[in-house]
Amino acid sequence: MDIIKSFENLNPYEYVASIKKATGKSVLAYMCSYTPEEVIYAAGIHPFRIFGMVDAIAKADAYLQVYSCSLVRGALEDALSGKLSFVDGAVFPHTCDSIQRLSDVWRLNAGMKHHFDVVWAVKLNTDSAKKYMYDVLAKFVKELQDAFGITITNEKLEKAVSTYNEIRSLLKTIWQLKSDNKSTLNGSQMNALIKAAMVWDRDELAGMLKNLIPSIELSPKNEKAKRIMLIGGICNHPDIYTYIEDSGGVVVWDDLCTGSRYFEGQIATDSNPLQAIANRYYERNICPAKHRDLNTRVETITSMIREHNVQGAIFLYLKFCDPHSFDYPYIKEALDTMGIPSTLLELELQLPSEGQMKTRLEAFIDMI
Amino acid sequence: MSGEMQDKKDNRIKSVKRMKEIMTNYYIDAKTAAQNNKKVGWITSGGPVEPLLVMDVIPVYPENHGAMIGASKMGVQLCEKSEEMGYCRDLCSYARSDIAAAPINGGPIGGLPRPDFLICCNNICGTVLKWYEVQARYFNVPLFIFDTPFCHKEITQEAKDYVGAQIVEYITFLEEHCGKKFDYDKAKEVGKLSIQGQRLWQAVLDTTMHKPAPMSAFDAFFHLALIVTLRGTQIAVDYYTELLQEMKERNAHGISAIPNEKYRLLWDNLPVWYKTKWLSETFASHDACLVADTYTTAWCRQLDYLDENDFLKSMIEGYTAIYLNIGVDQMADAVIGMVDKYDVDGLVMHSNRSCKPYSLGQYDIQRIVQKKRNIPSLIIEADMLDERNFSESQILTRIEAFMEIIKNKRK
Ligand code: SF4
Ligand code: SF4
Repeated sequence: MDIIKSFENLNPYEYVASIKKATGKSVLAYMCSYTPEEVIYAAGIHPFRIFGMVDAIAKADAYLQVYSCSLVRGALEDALSGKLSFVDGAVFPHTCDSIQRLSDVWRLNAGMKHHFDVVWAVKLNTDSAKKYMYDVLAKFVKELQDAFGITITNEKLEKAVSTYNEIRSLLKTIWQLKSDNKSTLNGSQMNALIKAAMVWDRDELAGMLKNLIPSIELSPKNEKAKRIMLIGGICNHPDIYTYIEDSGGVVVWDDLCTGSRYFEGQIATDSNPLQAIANRYYERNICPAKHRDLNTRVETITSMIREHNVQGAIFLYLKFCDPHSFDYPYIKEALDTMGIPSTLLELELQLPSEGQMKTRLEAFIDMI
Repeated sequence: MSGEMQDKKDNRIKSVKRMKEIMTNYYIDAKTAAQNNKKVGWITSGGPVEPLLVMDVIPVYPENHGAMIGASKMGVQLCEKSEEMGYCRDLCSYARSDIAAAPINGGPIGGLPRPDFLICCNNICGTVLKWYEVQARYFNVPLFIFDTPFCHKEITQEAKDYVGAQIVEYITFLEEHCGKKFDYDKAKEVGKLSIQGQRLWQAVLDTTMHKPAPMSAFDAFFHLALIVTLRGTQIAVDYYTELLQEMKERNAHGISAIPNEKYRLLWDNLPVWYKTKWLSETFASHDACLVADTYTTAWCRQLDYLDENDFLKSMIEGYTAIYLNIGVDQMADAVIGMVDKYDVDGLVMHSNRSCKPYSLGQYDIQRIVQKKRNIPSLIIEADMLDERNFSESQILTRIEAFMEIIKNKRK
């Protein structure tokens, strides 16, 4: 269990600063699971995700209106208040309108040495978009090479592909164990793990996950808890999982970017690695800021529900998140049709009080 | 005739009547399209409309509908309805009210005509993508997405290639859904008319460089409708020719938008549709005229890119590098350009809860303008359509404080 403890105790900024100090590696921050981490890793740079965790916004309010989500405001707060002074730069893949503008505001004010925009396609269902995705990735590779004076060889890309494939498949195994009632990990540990996976040294990570699996694997236990799925963007509140468990539920699967959207989708190994990486971002489960066709998200979510015997769904949205809020009524309707009860939790900077959260969750889970 | 002497009745813009007629006819045509065997395509305000005109499709603009809903103060009612449908109150109120209006034929004109297909160009925001997905599901019609990558610093070659490929895909989509070939000769004509219309619109807006300004941004918000909805038609060209003539005459006779223009201001962001009159009068009571704005210029800012001789190809940059699809620092440069061009004394920014791509970054623009031009600025917190986000007393106090600063600076 030591491994999971180290994930739970992880202080991301201290950890990444220490990696930098110990290895002399450059480090790049990012905020969205559409970041092509693989090429950053292949460049010998350490990528890590920012989760926008702050209790109060002070400096960022002079740069972004209060009607932007807490991820965007919180990340900027960390940058402006000097907490990211050890970082060499940031990478902004194109997703929602808020991140799009955050990139500009960040570039103008965060005072970082490097800044990269990876302006992916928004519609991911045409050959021209597929080609454009590759072109964008190739451009990013070139920009990284120029900025850091390095060469990203095919060999390095191949190594990155295999490392990331391994990490993603191990994460998926761990998630599947949870779904099969074969895991000792509780929800908040799972949350700690996925967040750590986006911060930890990736070479070490694969080994750790491999060692972790036997230590958490159980023979299937009889679970009476109601099987819950989380749907939304980022979840940076491990306590939510605990409240769900205390209320008689268990999170067995999710469609979150701190969850299955991060680890689903392997990179093909039988073709040009850069093309294969681009293809993964073209093909992976979309987030609502992207378009595949009109029903992709509902189809993905309903098939997850069937596959994992989900009994109830919780929509976990950050307040002011446009893409997710737009999708809510139609996904909810699809769940209603399937007879799957759902509830919506809109999260602000801080969680509501424990009492309030529990009352809501208990009422919901009782109803299932 | 000096400004002070001006009779209130006299200074009204005469073309308004003609404009109302044209818009009425346009909506009658659109609403009777099916009877006349014409197709209706809904399209986003920043979308490439010219190919629709080539195909004889009637373009309909849900955002123009949104503006009408706002101006007729029906926004709150429809926004509340959308909340009942499960849409969160923080979403764009154009989108919310349009989505709510569809199933009940709500709004001032009893709903928009049913679309045969939807054309969504995301050069203005990511909201339109989600909004058009919702409507494509509701009406069960094809959706074409014209994906214009955001230009943080420049339009990249990769993006140009991608958008170029989509122009071909767009034409193919139209051919398929209209059941006829695309007429490239006609495309040239439409392209010419579009450019001509945009030039005239720019010329109309330029007449406010004159002191006093013959029209205000509030007038521009109104007269904008044709360059949005009928861009690429002779109707728009004729109308703006007349309007330009009228503005020139007003300048020649010293007829101004407000009776006594002493201070000139620049407006940023969408109008507050349900409060244009109040805002206009409040500023006028301080002898301040909003002489220009960043919003209505969006429909002629691309003239440098557009090419009469190869219109279709020039749509790549013409529709990709538009105002809302560029970095905040480039937007600030554009604002500064307008500060100089229209010689304004201050900047009024509408921080519009509905529109994140327009509003996030305004604080930076404010700082850059302050640094480079040292003019005062005011931020008004509101929403273009949802009146629940408008606090009249608070805004009045802020306008008064702002005008105090402007007046003191002049002393
Ligand atoms: S939570 Fe929503 S609004 Fe915030 S960054 Fe993510 S997608 Fe954008
Ligand atoms: S108001 Fe803003 S968010 Fe709404 S449709 Fe227009 S550009 Fe998009």
